[in-house]
Amino acid sequence: MTSTFVIDQLKRNQINDLLEKGQRYDGRRFDEPRSLTIETGVIPKADGSARVRLGDTEVVTGIKIQPDRPFPDMGDKGIFICTAEILPLAHPTAEPGPPGEDVIELARVVDRGIRESGMVDLSQLVLEKDKSVIGIFADNSVTDHDGNLFDACSCASTAAILTCKIPKWEMIDDKPTLVEGQKSDPPITTIPVAVTMARIGDYILVDPNADEWACMDARITITTNSNGNICALQKGGDDGFTPEQIIQCSEIAISAGAKIRQKLEQLRQGR
Amino acid sequence: MGGRDSDLVLLDENGIRCDGRKVDETRNISIKAGVLKNANGSAYIEFGDNKILAGVFGPRDVHPKHMSDTDTGIIRCRYHMSPFSVTERKNPAPSRREIEIGKVIKEALRPAVMLEKFPRTAVDVYVEVLQADGGTRCAALDAASVALADAGIPMRDMVSACAAGKVADTIILDVNNEEDQAGQADMPIGYMPNLGKVTLLQLDGVLTPAEFKKCLETGIEGCKQVYEIQKQALKDKYFANGEQQ
Repeated sequence: MTSTFVIDQLKRNQINDLLEKGQRYDGRRFDEPRSLTIETGVIPKADGSARVRLGDTEVVTGIKIQPDRPFPDMGDKGIFICTAEILPLAHPTAEPGPPGEDVIELARVVDRGIRESGMVDLSQLVLEKDKSVIGIFADNSVTDHDGNLFDACSCASTAAILTCKIPKWEMIDDKPTLVEGQKSDPPITTIPVAVTMARIGDYILVDPNADEWACMDARITITTNSNGNICALQKGGDDGFTPEQIIQCSEIAISAGAKIRQKLEQLRQGR
Repeated sequence: MGGRDSDLVLLDENGIRCDGRKVDETRNISIKAGVLKNANGSAYIEFGDNKILAGVFGPRDVHPKHMSDTDTGIIRCRYHMSPFSVTERKNPAPSRREIEIGKVIKEALRPAVMLEKFPRTAVDVYVEVLQADGGTRCAALDAASVALADAGIPMRDMVSACAAGKVADTIILDVNNEEDQAGQADMPIGYMPNLGKVTLLQLDGVLTPAEFKKCLETGIEGCKQVYEIQKQALKDKYFANGEQQ
């Protein structure tokens, strides 16, 4: 499903007028994300889980880990798959049904950030080369939709992976067999953080809420890793950015991402 | 990136790439405008071994009707790969990857097309990848942009696209299939050369901030080269009889 925000012209004008005075509609600074709370272990039946609230956007993410066949050209690596769904209870415009292009893009951007950062060392998730590997499935359910699902889903997926436990399987008679009671921490190499920015006129706003999302000219999601390098990027929306604006966004993503990463680091240490 | 090891040398000691190109060189690109009789506008591009057709219809009535906008025209894009376009047969049903690429191409074209002149209508862009060899989304965007111009739809600028990337710790222009599979980063860029705006930008793979900046600059230079080829394709069609350019 696709949910499109429509806001009235009066509010749009008000948002634009405030921006010219250097203010945002909800009082945040331009480079200030909404308040972020991360809870982990919220779904005990999942192998890892997280509930993330980013302002009034909320996502519940569960990790399921199970043996699977490897991708044909990647027999020496485990599988990582990320999906997303905007639940119909998340917003009045959300409807049940097959995913629309917005939701497909959302899942793929979240997937790409985690995959390209190399967050999980998938080469350690092989049971038998070319035959059987461990698959990590991160399923994001958006339960409350107030804009910027990219950052909320990325953060929730990352938090859930960081705190998941991987069951142990052994190959017996050519079949992966669960070894009861033995679980291990996932092989984490880095912590990716996605930061989404909206461009409204000449202004770059970090973590746009639904109202800002409805007025934006274009958006960009930049994922950085623990070394402060850029590992994935996606531009979206109906207009573009100048090259200078893109460089500015990359700098914002690195600094804003570092603060969010600190919160995720704490989860990892507390696991 | 896959980062799969193989015997393939992506960049030799002389700075020559696996297909014989220099680091700042694009593959051979040829574009022909107006190749389809029944579409309002069309283009065919060969970008290295990529072979891609683009057809444009509209502005025309919107179906389904609820998609129409009373304030502006809308643009839609379908990106599709033929089952025979890749080594292993591709399932002809649209994949999630194809749906995402259709969306980013649509959003890359949107700022260039003066849709507000055509309220309640749709411009439909159909892209068919007949043969794929890395960098299809950029090549598809290049062809789609020429097809829109060929359809006579008012535009603010062309959209020119080319990827930049990183192999063997070096920033390169126009990533081919092998480099995409075994390289370190791939960054497709779509750019409006006269307005100086980036309208498509994606990145897979790790870049330092300095590499990112260089990659962006390198890619934009590639887009400018593609722009000249796009212009020539349109001139070749519309001034073919030696008329004044």
